[in-house]
Order: sequence, then C-alpha cells, then structure tokens
Amino acid sequence: MSEATLYGLCGAVLVGLGLFGLIVHPQPLRKILAFNLIGGGVFLLFGVVARRGAAAGFGGDPVPHALIITGIVVAFAATALAIALLLRLFQETGRATLGSDG
Amino acid sequence: MPNSATAGGFLLVLAIVLPVSGVLLSLVLGGRHAERIALILMPAGLAVALAIAAAVWRTHNVLQYFVGNWNPPLGVAFRADGLSAAMMLTAALLICGIGLFARGQFPSPQQAELRAPLVFWTLLLAVWGALNAVFIGGDLFNLYVALELLTFAAVPLVSLDGRVETLAAALRYLLFALLGSILYLLGAVLLYGAYGTLDIALLSGRINAGPIAWAAISLMTAGLLAKAALYPFHLWLPPAHAGAPAPASAILSGLVVKAPFFLAIRLWFDIMPRMPERTAAQVLGILGAAAILVGSVVALRQVRLKLLIAYSTVAQIGYLFLMFPLAIKPEMGHPWNTTAWTGGVLQAISHAFAKAAMFMAAGLIAEALGHDRIAGLSGIGRALPITVFAFALGGVSLMGLPPSGGFVAKAMLLTAAVAEGQWWWALVILAGGLLAGGYVFLVLARALADASQPLTLLSPISPSRQAVVVALALCAVLLGFVPLRPLELLQIGRPDIAIGG
Repeated sequence: MSEATLYGLCGAVLVGLGLFGLIVHPQPLRKILAFNLIGGGVFLLFGVVARRGAAAGFGGDPVPHALIITGIVVAFAATALAIALLLRLFQETGRATLGSDG
Repeated sequence: MPNSATAGGFLLVLAIVLPVSGVLLSLVLGGRHAERIALILMPAGLAVALAIAAAVWRTHNVLQYFVGNWNPPLGVAFRADGLSAAMMLTAALLICGIGLFARGQFPSPQQAELRAPLVFWTLLLAVWGALNAVFIGGDLFNLYVALELLTFAAVPLVSLDGRVETLAAALRYLLFALLGSILYLLGAVLLYGAYGTLDIALLSGRINAGPIAWAAISLMTAGLLAKAALYPFHLWLPPAHAGAPAPASAILSGLVVKAPFFLAIRLWFDIMPRMPERTAAQVLGILGAAAILVGSVVALRQVRLKLLIAYSTVAQIGYLFLMFPLAIKPEMGHPWNTTAWTGGVLQAISHAFAKAAMFMAAGLIAEALGHDRIAGLSGIGRALPITVFAFALGGVSLMGLPPSGGFVAKAMLLTAAVAEGQWWWALVILAGGLLAGGYVFLVLARALADASQPLTLLSPISPSRQAVVVALALCAVLLGFVPLRPLELLQIGRPDIAIGG
C-alpha cells in the first residue's frame, strides 16, 4: 500500500466517523466536533490529492495546499460561530441542547 | 470561450467589492452610520447589476474577469452569463426593496450604540456581497467560500432579536448548513483529484461519466440540498425563517435559499451537460414533488401566519427541483433550451419577489396587531388594505394564477411535463397549486372578514413601507407580463455556446 493510499483511507475513515457522529448525536457540541472531524478528513484528502497530482520534479501540487489553508480558515470561522451561538443558548436557557424536537 | 477578461469584467469585481466595502465601513463607523452606508450603496449596487445585465444582453456573451490576470486552471475566474445577470438583478432589486422597508424597523440609534441596527445593515450588505460572489463565481472552491460567507451572514439574521427560540433555530440552521458545505467541499476535492481543475468551464470539457465524477456530483448535490432545504432536509427552515424579523425573513426566503439551487443548476447543467443521468434527475424530482405536497399540507395546518409562509417556502422550493427531471434529456444536446429549464429559473425569480412581499406584509400585520395568529386576523383587511392586497398579490404568484410570474413559470413546467410524457409531475404541479390556493385563501378569508369588535392597531403603519411591499408583490405579478423575448437573456452564455465560441 502506497503512502498516498494510506492517507486517503485515513481521510475516508475520518469523514465516515464524522458523518456518523453528526447524524447520530443529538447534542449540538458533539455535532460541531463531528463537523470538525469530517473537515479533518477532507483536508487530509486534499493533501493526498496534492501528493498524487505532483508533477515530475515537484514534491507536491501547491494548489490543494492553498485550498486547505482557506478551508481551515472557513471551518474555523464556522466552528467559532456555532460555538458562540451555543454559548449564548446556554446562557439563556442553562442547557446546551436543541430541545426535545431536535 | 474568450481566453482573456472581457471589457466589462471590472463590473463583476465592483459587484462584490461595493457591498464588502460597505460591510467594512459599517464596522469601522458603527451603528449610527450603518443605515446610511447601506442606503447609499443600494442604488450603486443596483446600477452595477443593471450595467452587467445590459452588457451581457448587448454582447450576447459571457462577461469574464480573471483575478490578477491569472488564467484558470491556476487563477480564479469570475463569469457572468445570462442566468447570473438575471439572478444578480433580482437580488439587487430585492435588497433595495428590503432596505427601504427595514428603515422603519431598524432605524439608526440617536444616542447610544444599539446592536440590532448595526448587525442588520451590516449583514444585509454581507448577504448581498456573498450572493453576488455565488452568482458570478467560476471556480468550485471559490463558490464554496462564497456559499460559506452567505451562511455566516444569514445565520445571525435569524437570531437578531436574541430570543431563545430564534437562537435554537439559528443553531439548527447552522448545523444543517455545515453538513451541506462539508459534503460540497468533499465533492470538490474528488473533482480536483480526478481532473486537476475546479474551474467550471474547464471542468465541463474534461469531465466524463465515471465513479469519481458521480460520487463527487452526488456529494455536492446532497450538500446543496441540505442548504436549499429541499425535503427531507427542510426541518431547519420553518423555525428559522418564521422566527427572524420580517425583513430578514424576506432575505432568507427570497434570496438565500436560491443560492444553493443556483449552484445545483451550475453542477447539473454547466459541468456535466454531456453526462445526463435520468435516474438521478428523477430522484431530485421525487424529492421536489414530496416537498410540494408535504410543505403545502403542513402549511394548511399552521396557526401562525409567518410559519404558514415559511412552510409555503418549503413547498415552492420543491417546484425548483422539478426542472431537473424535466429539463435533462440525454437524447437532446441542450437541456437549457427546454421550457422546463426556463420555467425553473423563472420560478426561482418570481418566488423571490412574491415571498419577500408576503413575509414583509406578514411583518406589518404582526406589527399592527402585536401577534400573527391567523385566527385573530379578522378586520385587518379593513385596517391595512394595501398590505393585505400585497399579500394577496404574492399569493396569486404562489398559486400560479395568471397573470403572474408564478403562472408563467408553472405553466412552462406543466407544458414540459406534458410534452415529455412525464404526466405524473403535471399532477404534482396542479395539486401544489390547489393546496397553495387553499392556504392563501385561508389567510385572506380571515383577513377580509369583519371583526367582531373594532380593531385597534398597536402602532401606525407608515404608507411608504406598505408601498414597498406592494411594489415587490407587483414585480412578481409583472414578471407574468414580460414577453418571452427577455427570457433569452437567461440562455446567454450556456456552455454549448461557450465551448463552441
């Protein structure tokens, strides 16, 4: 098994675990963490793509690296916004769940 | 496709830079100036949208701009075809209308800094900038960023008043949106890995039907469906759209849910026009049909006016996705030449105007009465005749009664369904129209009934705000009078022309 395949499989496992968590767990905090797990998997796949797409003489394709950085910034902003909303909800209600209908 | 930026390319940059600079200025200058900045930028943005539409119409070609003069695949392209121009014009008109309406609801604070006006006016411009970025984006990763910006601008609009229900609704909306965006990004990685580019025009030339392309397109479509609130991903929409203040609901329901739909059109009709797949398109159609039926029936059972309108949005989004099974035909080369394609796009535009008008009319009614229970609407038709008239005009378009944009759109979808021999979609379209008639009349019958005791309005409603609502509702109706020729605008720059020329 080549290096790239191994990392690709790792990415796929992370995405799968994250999707499972996002769908199964009702608590918003766990859903946010699961979203970050999927994000980690996707960024790992970007790395694999960069490695596989490397032309002769280069260590890797730089474009996916640029995309990863942007993606991480966006995922970070998304997490921050979600956590801020969750904290505010906790301050108002004293619980960090979306209620029985969620 | 020309390999260099076209003459009007800077207009595309202006369409993004104007709203974004407004956001930055508002943050620096604070809430006392945010409203003024937004109101100054609105006519400017509208002028830019008009100029882009005029340029596309005149040259009959795509407007292009390459950021930093780097050509794709290394650089990022902005492109405006006829569809982008039409959507940008719709967004500009609606944002202007919503802004004029919101002056009465989010006035600038005189003394102390207030959070709500600052946040509202800043986010209004942010939504506008993000929408323009979605409509002219030519690169799938850039479109991901634009879609995320749109989500980040739209989610806080839901919880503007800080009530617990709206906070929960905003959080649920955000969680659905995050799932959608990460699935979209996963699809984008796969496409880049397989074809080495994310530029839409280049990708459409390179893509071929295979497991990778199908996995990528399926993941991206699923993500977009979660963001567009197509059944069964619609659960987040009603509490979010009904809980937001009226102008924010109008933006969310009229414009924000159209952006993922727009990207779905890009994916299905621009990137993979030569690999159409009937089964997958039928699945989208079935989800759309389920959305129409479930959304309409649940809307009929609502007690509160804003929730009724929100469930009606769920139903109307269903119509948009009926265009996929009707427009995708493997034996024909150009799906966008069909009536179904034009009908679907026209439905998106006319629903935007109609739904914005209805949400703002409901907002005025709630302001006047202090509640929006449908059972308590008696007499409001006499007290606020213009507002109720605007609500009814919007309803006419939703039902698909002539003359209205909704009528033309639904008639086109219906014609396509009959012509294609896919009569089952015709049944759904007709049933959806009847159900829409049901829930609109349910409201109007209450509103036009005489009140048992004289109605006292909590606050006077200014005529100018009512006029804005009527103007938007009239736009939805007037779309029905537009002769078919301007609809050619929608077809300018479709990929067959782009690749051939």
